[in-house]
Amino acid sequence: MKNHFELLGLRPAFALDAGALERSYREIQSQIHPDRHAHAGDAERRASMQWSTRVNEAYRTLKSPVQRAKYLLEMNGVDVQFETNTQMPADFLLRQLELREALEAARQPAALDSLQAQVSGEQGLLEGSIARLLDETKDYAAAAGELRKLMFLDRLAGEIDQAYEELP
Amino acid sequence: MALLQIAEPGQSTAPHLHRLAVGIDLGTTNSLVATVRSGAATVLADEQGRALLPSIVRYQAGGRVEVGYEAQSKQAEDPKNTIASVKRFMGRGIKDVAHAENMAYDFADAPGMVQLRTAAGVKSPVEASAEILKVLRQRAELSLGGDLGGAVITVPAYFDDAQRQATKDAALLAGLNVLRLLNEPTAAAIAYGLENAAEGIYAVFDLGGGTFDISILRLSKGVFEVVATNGDSLLGGDDFDQRVFCWVVEEAKLPPLNARDMRLLLVMSREAKETLTWNAQARITARLSGGAVVDVTLGAEKFRQITQTLVHKTLGPMRRALRDAGLGVDDVKGVVMVGGATRMPQIQRAVGEFFRRDPLNNLDPDKVVALGAAMQANVLAGNKPAGEDWLLLDVIPLSLGIETMGGLAERIIPRNSTIPAARAQEFTTFKDGQTGMSFHVLQGERELVSDCRSLARFELKGIPPMAAGAARIRVTFQVDADGLLSVAAREATTGVEAAVVVKPSYGLADADIERMLRDSVDHAKDDMYARALNEARVEAERLLEAVRSALAADAALLAAPEREMIERQVAALATVTATNDHRAIRQASEALNRATEEFAGRRMDAGVKRALAGRKIASLDL
Repeated sequence: MKNHFELLGLRPAFALDAGALERSYREIQSQIHPDRHAHAGDAERRASMQWSTRVNEAYRTLKSPVQRAKYLLEMNGVDVQFETNTQMPADFLLRQLELREALEAARQPAALDSLQAQVSGEQGLLEGSIARLLDETKDYAAAAGELRKLMFLDRLAGEIDQAYEELP
Repeated sequence: MALLQIAEPGQSTAPHLHRLAVGIDLGTTNSLVATVRSGAATVLADEQGRALLPSIVRYQAGGRVEVGYEAQSKQAEDPKNTIASVKRFMGRGIKDVAHAENMAYDFADAPGMVQLRTAAGVKSPVEASAEILKVLRQRAELSLGGDLGGAVITVPAYFDDAQRQATKDAALLAGLNVLRLLNEPTAAAIAYGLENAAEGIYAVFDLGGGTFDISILRLSKGVFEVVATNGDSLLGGDDFDQRVFCWVVEEAKLPPLNARDMRLLLVMSREAKETLTWNAQARITARLSGGAVVDVTLGAEKFRQITQTLVHKTLGPMRRALRDAGLGVDDVKGVVMVGGATRMPQIQRAVGEFFRRDPLNNLDPDKVVALGAAMQANVLAGNKPAGEDWLLLDVIPLSLGIETMGGLAERIIPRNSTIPAARAQEFTTFKDGQTGMSFHVLQGERELVSDCRSLARFELKGIPPMAAGAARIRVTFQVDADGLLSVAAREATTGVEAAVVVKPSYGLADADIERMLRDSVDHAKDDMYARALNEARVEAERLLEAVRSALAADAALLAAPEREMIERQVAALATVTATNDHRAIRQASEALNRATEEFAGRRMDAGVKRALAGRKIASLDL
């Protein structure tokens, strides 16, 4: 079975041309989407659903930096161990505590906005570092470490989203 | 022996067939059917020229059924047997139904989906909806002059799996071939987008009689992409009627009402709500069965006050949809208003304030969904040549998951995932030698199982006995393009396919559907047989046509013996279709389907290659 990159006709790398990903995705779905085969027989409709499902999954994975990095590491036989490996550098953990305290204290949309901007800035830095480790130095162990940090921040970003919901 | 009709590769087969296809808006208050004729989508009217069909069904003793205006005129006179807003009961249990105490129905006590006791027996909401669909189907067949090839039926985007399945079951009962269940706001976006050549981010605000949807779409040439959707499947124009009704009861200091008076005042409350769209006040006068006279006047400002909390309920979903889309209010280029209830000035104002722009009201909010559905049906039926059609990417509205230890819900497919989608999760056994496992399938966003919607329970049997924790049960959730879920499970170490027996929480079991199908053809054996034969033939012909055109286009993907094998099955099916044996036709259809499985997969692979052919230089070979 082809990997997600091959399926979408892309070079397997963390650095990605988002426009090319989008164009490939749409052009492929234009051919295989169940809407294109709605009047066909069962076998063809089933095949179309399965292929379209796979392409959706490939697109979803490659579009997200976290999922893309995780997928590339798995392609290279590296398990990210997000749930089991909880060792993090002390300065990163301290920074996380700080951000979480700020989240607890945020009572205004403006406070959440500022927090969101900080987190998104740090996500950007980590993505840059992951791109170098994966695409240039091929240091997969180090990339996995950086990815665990990024996953941490992703979770925090989700909680910030949730906090908007709970604002008075 | 029938002649084989096999064209040379690259040649098209028969002259282009126009298949009759319709779009059906099965609404809470009104339903419509539309089709594309000579390139333009039009709503089909009844013999009296009326486009709308009130979604009201009246059951009479002896089994006679009235639908539409006829039933509507009797609703105060015969409230128990006249079912209005049946859509609110689809895929729902009795405790999910809001204002059940203010409804004049005789609810039957049954687990699962609500049932109504009528003069014609106990009826499921699925059967009542099927009656509405049958009338629309007849209307379409009469006006188009032939059997329908297929229908697109719209559902609220925020409908859960049970509600979607119930809608599809109703269509099956009505004898419709469902090409697709289409989300109502998406249908509206198609109609709006094509009409106005719209490009960019659009929001569709759809407040119908019983449901509220908000969808955010990215429109570009040839692509309609739903980015996020949200809503409230228990909020609609009906709730505004209820508020007016409660106000009338309080204002006129009325004692508890009987079913007839209740329905009468509800109808007048609805009229008052509509009056208030254009007028500063509405007078409600009625003579009740006891002789008491009601005469009250509701002002626009009072109406706004008593419905303020309802209007407020639309804000949360709008915020959540935008956030899920990762967009802000300023990214939205236009807000398309859909559904009769969006005519209310307080709704117009609330939407305008939220999006900081005037909503778009240039489409008829009652018709736009049916028109969009008709356009999509025309594409799905294959009536549009490639290049003139479009790609529609839609999402599931609510996360799907499974109950884990401690009453917690584990999310498997998150909301706003583009469909079709599939995701697998592994589970293991808890005890040594355990051979069975039970699962509880859930839909919703909350962490606690009790806060999510129960879709089904299923059991796995026949797991080979192993030590606790050794078995690896892989449960796969697949959501198809209709947004419907199916679940499969297999034990990974031995490859044993465990049997999945699904018990839907609020749906109908296959046996129920079969019974209803039998009931619906008046118990007449001939009818049953004729229908089975007709359906088998129609399906066989559809399949034959599809396989022939696939062979014409892609025979190069087959080796000679493979092609001959498929051609033999085509010939066999063509021969048997001419007979009156519906079982033999079905068997031959299945055989042809099996014979073309590999071919279908290769065609998809070829489709992917074709799509990428133009991209290679740009990306892969860099």
